[in-house]
Amino acid sequence: MTPLELNALVRQAHTDNNYDSLISMIPYARLIGIQCLRLGDDMVFRLPASQDNIGNPILPAIHGGVIAGFMEHSAMLHLVMFMEIPHLPKIIDFSIDYLRAGHYRDTYVQCQVWRQGRRVANVAITAWQTTQSEPIATARAHFKVDEP
Amino acid sequence: MSEQDMRARAERFLGALRHCQVLGMRVHEVRASGLTLLLPYSPHIVGNPETGVIHGGALSALLDTTCGISTVCVLPEFEICPTLDLRIDHMHAAEPGKDVYGFAECYRVTPNVIFTRGYAYQDDPAQPIAHVVGAFMRMGKGAQGDGLLKQQIQGGGQ
Repeated sequence: MTPLELNALVRQAHTDNNYDSLISMIPYARLIGIQCLRLGDDMVFRLPASQDNIGNPILPAIHGGVIAGFMEHSAMLHLVMFMEIPHLPKIIDFSIDYLRAGHYRDTYVQCQVWRQGRRVANVAITAWQTTQSEPIATARAHFKVDEP
Repeated sequence: MSEQDMRARAERFLGALRHCQVLGMRVHEVRASGLTLLLPYSPHIVGNPETGVIHGGALSALLDTTCGISTVCVLPEFEICPTLDLRIDHMHAAEPGKDVYGFAECYRVTPNVIFTRGYAYQDDPAQPIAHVVGAFMRMGKGAQGDGLLKQQIQGGGQ
């Protein structure tokens, strides 16, 4: 996809308030089932409960890797949606703290871009289930944003 | 515990994790010094549809699982050890079409925490595509669901 095509896709999604085409272009996002909800100027990403995402069969709880992948992809989408990056950002590093068990229910994620330089962006990511003030995980990531 | 017993325990552990089955992960090698899992390449885990490079999230799942299961190499009995934190440094993109191996070892075991580290690679372990460090909590006896899962995974009448 050329930079122009990606930018057009993002503009169209904002206009229609429908981000399905942006989500569905990435196979991994379809595999785990990411959705996104626009709330005013905020974007909240949602991961509906799915049997296929379970890691701990006893609790049951979502696999930690799925929570990490969901948070990483949400950060990438957030950058593409709001920072006018003409191509998919590349992950440099990712650090996650697991604060509570991610139970078998819907999970939500919100992102905050703390700094976007010319080459690198720093994003803080929070994931929660019942209430945003009780996160199940927090993460931070650096992405390379300057070239495809 | 022999490496053969460790392998059997690691395989039962991995088999109990639904998401790992969905990704098709397998146990590649189990030694007292560490564990290697295999994540097969699949179009479902692609993160960049133009290049076919797999998503960082699939690597996170591989490395979280590898670090978590590597605890069987150091614990005499099976214990549920939830991930406390995980950090992944991406050295370079994975080559499309090729399987990924994840290696992890426990480099410090305390009564409460297990410190693990490892890396992901494709052809050459000396050229990793990602490095990982992660800490895991030891829940002690009587953790929720401990009994049943332990029975299933520990095996061998121990």
